[in-house]
Amino acid sequence: MRLVLHQFRYDQKVFWRNPAAIFFTILFPLLFLFGLATFFGDHRISALGGIKVSTYYVPAIIVLSIIAATLVSLAFRLTQARESGLLKRIRGTPLPSSVFIAGRVGNSLVISAIMVVLIGGIGHLVFGVKVPTSTLPALLVSVAVGAAAFSCLGFALAAFIPNEDAAPAITNAIVFPLYFLSGIFVPENEIPDGVLKVAGVFPVRPLFEAIFKAYDPSTTGSGFALGDLAVVTVWGIAGLVAALIWFRWEPRST
Amino acid sequence: MNEVVISVKGLRKSYDGVEAVRGVDLEVGRGEVFAFLGPNGAGKTTTVEVLEGYRGRDAGEVSVLGADPTEATRAWRAQIGIVLQSCVQQKELTVRETLEMYAGYYPAPRDVSETIELAGLSEKADERAGRLSGGQQRRLDVALALIGDPELLFLDEPTTGFDPSARRQAWETIAGLRGLGKTIFLTTHYMEEAQELADRVAIISAGEIVAEGAPDELGGRELAATQISFRLPDGAVELPLAIAGDAQVADGRVSVRSERPVEALNALTGWALERGIDLANLEVRRPSLEDVYLELTRDPTGGEEE
Repeated sequence: MRLVLHQFRYDQKVFWRNPAAIFFTILFPLLFLFGLATFFGDHRISALGGIKVSTYYVPAIIVLSIIAATLVSLAFRLTQARESGLLKRIRGTPLPSSVFIAGRVGNSLVISAIMVVLIGGIGHLVFGVKVPTSTLPALLVSVAVGAAAFSCLGFALAAFIPNEDAAPAITNAIVFPLYFLSGIFVPENEIPDGVLKVAGVFPVRPLFEAIFKAYDPSTTGSGFALGDLAVVTVWGIAGLVAALIWFRWEPRST
Repeated sequence: MNEVVISVKGLRKSYDGVEAVRGVDLEVGRGEVFAFLGPNGAGKTTTVEVLEGYRGRDAGEVSVLGADPTEATRAWRAQIGIVLQSCVQQKELTVRETLEMYAGYYPAPRDVSETIELAGLSEKADERAGRLSGGQQRRLDVALALIGDPELLFLDEPTTGFDPSARRQAWETIAGLRGLGKTIFLTTHYMEEAQELADRVAIISAGEIVAEGAPDELGGRELAATQISFRLPDGAVELPLAIAGDAQVADGRVSVRSERPVEALNALTGWALERGIDLANLEVRRPSLEDVYLELTRDPTGGEEE
C-alpha cells in the first residue's frame, strides 16, 4: 500500500505537469460544458418533462469527463509508455505490476472524482443545476462504476493501439461517435430511437442514463439505474479480461 | 574465475521458427566486465533479455545470481540493474524525481544525490528528463540502473547512436562503475567499445559464439602475423630476399605478412637505406580487434546481416 501511494504520487506529478493531459482531461470537458450550457442552457426540453438544457448537459459532461480521465487518458498514456520502453523498464525493477497498474488507475479515478465535483459545482453555481440530494448515492455509485469500467477498457484499448501516433486517432474514432449517438453532445430527443437502442449496447449510453437519472428532477426514489449499471459493469469486466489477455509491456518494434 | 555470476549452457531461442540463438555457452565471474559483441541480429539482445528475465527460452540452462531468470522474484530483481537498448523516461519528472521514484522500488537503494553525481548528471539534477540531450538521457538510464545498488548490471548497446564525444563520456561513466566492483554484462556492436571497457569479450554471429577471450587475445590475435606495407617508387625494383617470398604487390603497394616482424623490418629498412629508396607510406600493423571481428562475423553468403 505504501508503494501504491509512492507510485500514485509520481503519476500525479506527471499528470499535472503535462499540458496536453490537462487540456484534454480537464479543460476540454469544461469548454463543452460552458459552450453548450451557455448557448442553450435556458431552453427547455419538452420531451424530457420540460427540464432545462443545462440540467441535461451537466450529467452529459460528467460522463464525457469520466471517459476522458479514464479510457482516453489511459489508452494514450499507456501506449506512449509502452512504445517508449518505459513499461518494459519498469518490469525490470522489483515494482510489482499490480502496483504500477494501481497507480495509473488511482490517478484516473482521482481525476474523475475531481471532474465530477468541478462540473457538478459549476453546474450548480453557474447554471443553477441542483446537485442531487436524495439520488446522491446513486450518482456517486454510477460515477464509481463508470470510472472503474472505463479504466479497464482503457487498458484493453491500449493493447490494440499499435503505436503512439495512432493513439489519438483510434481512441477518438471510438469515443466521438459514441458521444454523438449516446446523447452526450446532442440531446437524446433529437436522436432516433433506433440509434439510441444501438448506442445502448455500448457502455457510454448506459452510463449516461444512470447519471442522468440521478440528475433528472422527475426521478423518484433512490434513482439507481441497475440495468444500465449492469451493462457498464459487463463492459468493464470484458475490458479487464481483454487487458489480462492482450495487454503488452514491451514495445511493438521488438 | 571468481564466483560465477552468470552461467549459460546450450541456450537456444527461436522466433517464428527462426533460431535467433543456437546453443550459446557463457560464464561471467563476479566483478568482471564482460562484452558481448556481434552485428545486429546476431542474437545479442535475445540472449541478454533471457538473462534479464524478459524472455523464456527453448532449451538450455541459465543461472543468473544463482537463480533461473524465468522465475524472477522481487528480491532477485533488486539485485540487477538494467539499461535497455532504448527507453525514454517520463519527460515531466526531473532527474532527481525520476531517481527518487525508482529508489522507492528497491529495498536498499543507493543515495540519490550520490548516484546522480556518479552518472555525471549533477548539473542536470533538477532538469526535467524531457529536456536532456540523448547522451544525458542515457546517463539517466545508467543512474536508474544503479539506484537499487545491484550486484549485476546489464547494459544493452549503451552508446548506439552516440557521437564520438558522447561515446567517450559514456565509456568514462561505465569505466567508473568498475571501481564499484559491479559485474557488468555489456552488449555492443562497436569493437572499440569492447576493447576499451571489457575484461573479456565473446563474439556472437548468427546465434553462435565464434570467439571468446580477453580483447587482446581474441581469435588468436596475439599470435597472428603482423602486416607490413609500403609503396615502391616507379620502376622495377627487386625486393630483399628476406621478405620477397611473403610479399604481395598490388598497384605499386607491397604488403608483407610476417610472423617475425622485427627481422623482416630490419631486412627491409637495411635494403632501402642501401639503395636510397624511400619507403613511402610505410605501415606496420597488427590485426585489430576489428579485423578479427570482421573475419569472424563475415556472412559466408556475402549478404548483409540483419
